[in-house]
Amino acid sequence: MSGDPFLRVTDLKVHFPTDDGVVRAVDGLTFSLEKGKTLGIVGESGSGKSVTSLAIMGLHRGSHARISGEVLLDGQNLLKISNEELRGLRGRKLAMIFQDPLSAMHPYYTIGQQLTEAIQVHERISKKAARTTVIEMLARVGIPNPGKRVDQYPHEFSGGMRQRAMIAMALINNPELLIADEPTTALDVTVQAQILDLMRDLQSEFGSAIIMITHDLGVVAEIADDVLVMYGGKCVEYAEVDDTFHQPDHPYTWGLLTSMPRLDRLKQERLVPVAGNPPSLINIPPGCAFHPRCAFREFASCACDEVVPDLTESYPKHDSRCHIPVAKRAELFAEQIAPRL
Amino acid sequence: MFYYILRRLVSVVAMIFLITATTFAIFYASPIDPARYTCGKNCTPTILEGNRKALGYDQPVIVQYGKFVSGLFVGRDFPDNEELRQQYPQQVVHCPAPCLGYSPTQHRTINEMVAEAWPISLSIAIGAFILWMLLGVGGGIIAALNKGRWPDRSIVGAALVGFSLPTFFVGLVLLTFPAIKWGWVPIPSYVPFFENPIKWAQNLILPWITLAFFFAASYVRLTRAYMIETLSEDYIRTANAKGVARSKVIFRHGLRAALTPIVTAAGLDLGGLLGGAIITESVFSMHGLGYLAVHSVTYMDLPTIVAMVMIVSTFYVVANMLVDISYGFIDPRVKVS
Amino acid sequence: MSLLAVTDLKKYFPTFNQKLVRTEGDPVKAVDGLSFTLDSGETLGVVGESGCGKSTAGRTVLRLLEPTAGTIEFEGKDVTKIQGEELRRLRRQVQMVFQDPYGSLNPRHPIGAIIAAPFEIQGIKPPGGVKKTVQELMERVGLNPEHYNRYPHEFSGGQRQRIGVARAIALKPKLIVCDEPVSALDVSIQAQVVNLLEDLQDEQNLAYMFIAHDLSVVRHISDRVLVMYLGKMMEVADRNTLYERPMHPYTQALMSAVPVPEPRRDRERILLSGDLPSPQNPPSGCVFRTRCPIATEKCAAEIPAQIEVEPGHLVACHYPAVRAVI
Repeated sequence: MSGDPFLRVTDLKVHFPTDDGVVRAVDGLTFSLEKGKTLGIVGESGSGKSVTSLAIMGLHRGSHARISGEVLLDGQNLLKISNEELRGLRGRKLAMIFQDPLSAMHPYYTIGQQLTEAIQVHERISKKAARTTVIEMLARVGIPNPGKRVDQYPHEFSGGMRQRAMIAMALINNPELLIADEPTTALDVTVQAQILDLMRDLQSEFGSAIIMITHDLGVVAEIADDVLVMYGGKCVEYAEVDDTFHQPDHPYTWGLLTSMPRLDRLKQERLVPVAGNPPSLINIPPGCAFHPRCAFREFASCACDEVVPDLTESYPKHDSRCHIPVAKRAELFAEQIAPRL
Repeated sequence: MFYYILRRLVSVVAMIFLITATTFAIFYASPIDPARYTCGKNCTPTILEGNRKALGYDQPVIVQYGKFVSGLFVGRDFPDNEELRQQYPQQVVHCPAPCLGYSPTQHRTINEMVAEAWPISLSIAIGAFILWMLLGVGGGIIAALNKGRWPDRSIVGAALVGFSLPTFFVGLVLLTFPAIKWGWVPIPSYVPFFENPIKWAQNLILPWITLAFFFAASYVRLTRAYMIETLSEDYIRTANAKGVARSKVIFRHGLRAALTPIVTAAGLDLGGLLGGAIITESVFSMHGLGYLAVHSVTYMDLPTIVAMVMIVSTFYVVANMLVDISYGFIDPRVKVS
Repeated sequence: MSLLAVTDLKKYFPTFNQKLVRTEGDPVKAVDGLSFTLDSGETLGVVGESGCGKSTAGRTVLRLLEPTAGTIEFEGKDVTKIQGEELRRLRRQVQMVFQDPYGSLNPRHPIGAIIAAPFEIQGIKPPGGVKKTVQELMERVGLNPEHYNRYPHEFSGGQRQRIGVARAIALKPKLIVCDEPVSALDVSIQAQVVNLLEDLQDEQNLAYMFIAHDLSVVRHISDRVLVMYLGKMMEVADRNTLYERPMHPYTQALMSAVPVPEPRRDRERILLSGDLPSPQNPPSGCVFRTRCPIATEKCAAEIPAQIEVEPGHLVACHYPAVRAVI
């Protein structure tokens, strides 16, 4: 794809005013995504990753959220279009799947009814014709006996099958952008593997762009082309997946990598956790949000607790947000982090 | 599901028998002579004895209860004493099944009295029900959708007022002003539906509003709470993410789920109301089942009291059963077996 | 003599069919014949997916659930059926750390009281007094002893889990059953709690029964690993052997499914077909056969015996063999 990327997010901010202060859930996020590619957004609780996905879908409208910035989907700014236009796009041009498929599907309607609704919202089509498409889609996502299961209720499906049904519902109108918010966190590992495989297959078949939100670096390595690491509402590192894992450039990313026990490593060294706790989004630490937990503050070129570092390009197509000089970081990584990985 | 309904029917029947047996025991096995209530000041021992025999109070309580139960299925004759029936054949009254008994104070079978009173209570209950559901649920939805803003606050405030004002007060105010002083509606007096539907409605409008005032208030709060809870569920977010139109999200997804507990509460309230709205009937002088119940207690008309207890409790118990069964149909997750 | 020896442990949950009268249905066979041993200072990792019975097994070993059959021996003594005072004394030696840091602490009790509760319940007066001992425990697990009077909701998930650990080690037990202790925590915090558990084990020679579904964490912390499926043991071996040479198709499928933080597109994956069968109606013969990629008729006809393919390495399969997975 030449020219503008399919999705371009610029300086997205989502702030929630509350009685205790302003929650800066997302505080200036910029990234882009091409069709057919997958962006993995990684973060822990309080990083703002879920709020980002909801903001792109426009699901904060009507709430107290103050949203600013630009979200250009195929040239159209999703933050500025009318509610009607946005509803026309949701479920058709961009779709979302959620973490818990049991609570995300209506308990009183059958899977078939819910998928049919997804079609009928955007297309004038009879229930009978829609049903055929629905059954086809259920088969496509690997649900056995779709002709029978189409009339069953969500609680009659197992966790993995339910998530497949939700994926079917999201993809039934061939959306060009799919946002998956921790779609496999609640699933067993063998089921997770099946779902990730399914998503990869569907992506190559339909050519959709995928944003995969997760806290699991293993999942990111499996499925993402680019990786965006979020902390305290901001992006702290943004690079292609190989660079993220082989040349990570931010102390938080290092912390995530060294604190993970690994299945593929023979030696089992002591884990190096990230000290402290994730920040509260109301009281984000001043300066660099990560500084209270950073083990390498002494190497910074200016005061980490006062000045917010900018997101700068440390290598081609590799941005990070840190006061430690790039060369120093490369050195630290080679000496202290890489041997542990 | 079939077995569940069967089990419930069995327990409903058992419960009704238990309730009536207990009531029977309370009144007829008490140390106070039940015949004492059947005549007033000018009571001689002869009359007392005659009444006792006629009503069957001279028989053991168990036998009396047995006769009552069999009367429900095959009907009964009064006086309850073979001798007396032969002595005064012209005074024999046949009470067809289901025979609820004979009222010594009104000198009629209770069946007749109930047949007259029941349509009145039914009319009051149904009309009030429709009115309060529309106002209560409608108000609750508006309040939930505008949570925190002035429509919400004013509806909830009005509901609080409605809830706090006792029914007799509202009823008397409505009787005094719109009916008597201002003449907006005729002073209510019951007109049967099949006689003149329009007059029927005109006369019932004040009792309907009186009852609806109170119930609507609690349904506003109920609906508001359930709607707010439902609208914060994940599946609402999914519906929005699919691009479903806002009104459909609110009604087809939100209200549909929120209505379940509301409808079941309404079922129970309606069931209870069918047994008579005592205060409303008194204020508007409409002689429904509520009035009958009060009257029977005032005059210690024991057979009628027992019959009223049975009727009201039957309504409650059956309403309860229907509501529980309906859950199995409304919510596909509920497994009743 | 092993600290803990469990033989043929079974835990069945009865179910009922309600027609006009209640009749008993097929029981849910949550744990169906589990045997293992555990020595002091050793960690046995128990892995499996949801519904495999690992949590039930942990609770049954502690007598939080009553075993349906089988024996549990602690320090050589049969404790399967003990009651009353004997059971209470056993509880001083075996403790549990729970999965949910938000549900396992009573929100109405200050954490000092929570950690002190074991002393009160067992009627033990530690030297130096309860409060001092509790504060020492708090410090040991990495909490600020001055927060003695704070309530659980004032702490983060990781901190609450530390409170749970402090409570578990208060009476200096010999064995701790850890039921998914880090699953509900953020990744960066998981490592903190895992390190804490390892340090405590070294200091106090604790034995852990570490129940988890995360194979990576289990690999890191365990000495031996037991793989469960539908209430039965599929494979058990010491840690390195299991992860280098798994021989049961289920273990192999599990390992091939775990995403590793190494960007690669060419991984061969063993995909399991179908859904988990119902534990009320487990398949005949080998319970894994309905999803196994190499199942044959023999697997439906015969329950596989536990074959010792090498010392300490047991496999319950008719066709154990090494297959490349990671």
